[in-house]
Amino acid sequence: MIQILNNTKINFVGLRFIAYIISSLLVFGGLFAIVQLAQGHGNVGIDFAGGSVVSLKFEKELPVEKVREVLDKNGFKDTGIQQISDKPGDPKTKILLRIKASNVKIGGLKEAMTKVFTEGFPGEKFDIDRVEDMGPIVSSKLKGQAFWAVFFAILSIMVYIWFRFEFRFGLAAAVATLHDVLAVIGIFYFMDKEFTLLLVTALLTLAGYSLTDTVVVFDRIRENLKLRVKDNLDTIINSSVNEVLSRTFMTSLTVLIVVAALFFYGGEVIHDFSFALMIGVVIGTYSSWFVASPILIEWEHATARKVVVPVKK
Amino acid sequence: MHRNRWVMGIIFLVFFGSLYSIFFDSGEFVKPFDAGNPKKRIKLGLDLQGGMNLLMEVDESQLPKGLALTEAVDRAVEVVRNRVDQIGVSEPLIQKEGTKWIVVQLPGVKDSEEAKKMIGQTALLEFKLVDETGDVEKAIEGTVPKGDILLYDKESKPYLLKEQQLMTGAALANAKMALGGGSFGSEISVDFSLTDEGSKIFAKLTGSNIGKRLAIILDNRVISAPTINSKISRRGQITGSFDDKEAKNLALLLRSGSLPVPMNIISENVVGPSLGADSIKKGLYSGLIGLLAVLIIMAVYYKVSGIIADIGLLCNILYLMGGMTLIGATLTMPGIAGIILTIGMSVDSNVLILERIREELRTGKTVRSAVDAGYNRAFWTVIDSHVTTLITALILFIFGTGPIKGFAVTLSMGCAISLFTAVVVTKVIFDWRLSRGEVDRLSI
Repeated sequence: MIQILNNTKINFVGLRFIAYIISSLLVFGGLFAIVQLAQGHGNVGIDFAGGSVVSLKFEKELPVEKVREVLDKNGFKDTGIQQISDKPGDPKTKILLRIKASNVKIGGLKEAMTKVFTEGFPGEKFDIDRVEDMGPIVSSKLKGQAFWAVFFAILSIMVYIWFRFEFRFGLAAAVATLHDVLAVIGIFYFMDKEFTLLLVTALLTLAGYSLTDTVVVFDRIRENLKLRVKDNLDTIINSSVNEVLSRTFMTSLTVLIVVAALFFYGGEVIHDFSFALMIGVVIGTYSSWFVASPILIEWEHATARKVVVPVKK
Repeated sequence: MHRNRWVMGIIFLVFFGSLYSIFFDSGEFVKPFDAGNPKKRIKLGLDLQGGMNLLMEVDESQLPKGLALTEAVDRAVEVVRNRVDQIGVSEPLIQKEGTKWIVVQLPGVKDSEEAKKMIGQTALLEFKLVDETGDVEKAIEGTVPKGDILLYDKESKPYLLKEQQLMTGAALANAKMALGGGSFGSEISVDFSLTDEGSKIFAKLTGSNIGKRLAIILDNRVISAPTINSKISRRGQITGSFDDKEAKNLALLLRSGSLPVPMNIISENVVGPSLGADSIKKGLYSGLIGLLAVLIIMAVYYKVSGIIADIGLLCNILYLMGGMTLIGATLTMPGIAGIILTIGMSVDSNVLILERIREELRTGKTVRSAVDAGYNRAFWTVIDSHVTTLITALILFIFGTGPIKGFAVTLSMGCAISLFTAVVVTKVIFDWRLSRGEVDRLSI
């Protein structure tokens, strides 16, 4: 039997103050990012801000200054230019343009870009791989949809946990989930990654998934509360987290592996999406060990009454 | 044991059913991911096979009097559908969204510009008389005589026309491109025939205006203004300086009718076929790597028990693909990500169960009772972890559009199927193994 993380005796409850420092940094980073994003700062993708993305594929790598010059000359100022290679090490023949706002009427961008690059780089053959043109009406609708999706997701997850566990478990699980989502938002913001609809999808998926580990830990705490009536909550939580440490590690590992495969080999479309899931899974595992359970203790200290044995439904 | 026979039967039935559903179409072998094959079994989204997605908004300010918005949009959908049918796109999607939006999805369309032009054009054909007495020069300067309008043709030549609309494209029964029209007999023209109603109007119109010029106008641009030589009733011909492609497109537009109200494109999404093919390739590749890694880890860490979990995982993917082809779900790039995520999440249940079995074994239980206890005790944890993922997938399905919906579909299906494969299928295998005499050591 191969067993990693066997018979660990990590004092999770004792370590919780260090975790609180790390977690508050993560959470406040996320909150700061949300405030900034709400005010229109940060790298908001065209899904929410409107604008266009054009992806061009050339036969060789073009000098980026020249691309910018050509675009500026044609009135496409402040365009985000990103050069991408097919495989690491290959020449970056692909150009991804993020056009914030242009004078080109929606529906005419592909033609406009064809003209700009044919004239700006005579003789260079290219293909326009992708054009996404998002008008302000559509993007504001998507913004609303994303908001409600996140709202309902968190609400229904909380309701389910309340239904399955008792109130304080539901609260702790919800806090841990929110913690994970905020942390990823913060990290994305400070890495200047783009906020798109696909990222919101990743965040929601993460909200659903990061609960898995928390549920595993809570199930064990609940079980031990029934079995070991004499022990205090600190001891029960510590041994519960330690008992299920190897399985929460393994479940996260299997997901981390597939998400990493997506991140490294899945191509540009899915790159940020898998990156968000990757850091999210790691943070989710951390929070189920260090955040979700200690909250139960804080709850107990705050209410200062004896823990009642929860009834399993 | 009796119950297990049934379960095994179902497992194999679904197994072969999925295989058939993925690879065969009415008894014929098909490659599942071949974007070029119209009979491909797994429907690919626009982002994977290339194509165009347009969102158009009806211009409410230009709604004709007496026409309700809903009716205008419904009619516009019909007209767009007619045009798309004529362009010849396989599996297009044209539907109303909200109150004044129309979604147009054209998978695999080669010339997106051309298609856009054809779909978005109002194509209102009008017949108006030229005001022979009016002063064109003065009109250009700004004093257009009352009851007249000033319009231009393709070469910016001005025409002063009587404002009254004498006939519209609605009177046309059919239109097609023809060669040999015009004064030189070599000009390309569009021949049209009229409906019964239209014939009456046209006969009256031409009969009483012989010698005058009749302007043919498309979307406020004069195509031509021929002189009426005789009374015409059934058939007519539009000549102008167009090439065969323009004539063909004009005929198509006239056949499919004009839009009741102008429309604006408010969002556009074009994916080239090479990017789509590239995405499929990368998606499959990364999926395969992830799958292999998970299979190996489970087998190494949990030995034979891990291999049993691997069998469950493989069944899950197969059933998922089979289910998707069966219900005709569309696979998108985020959808592929959903499948890959399913690979990682599906074995989670097995990890929970196997760890529990290990724990039970450590307390000194026999293999049989440890396995049973492992499955029983881990059951609710497995359910809880699935439900939370299913909840978010469902919400994504409700709120998401296009590719995101594809993700919600694969993730929720994969998640639901994994409840069966990771719990039921693996349990049946364990039971089958343990039923062949007493096992005193479990490879776990």
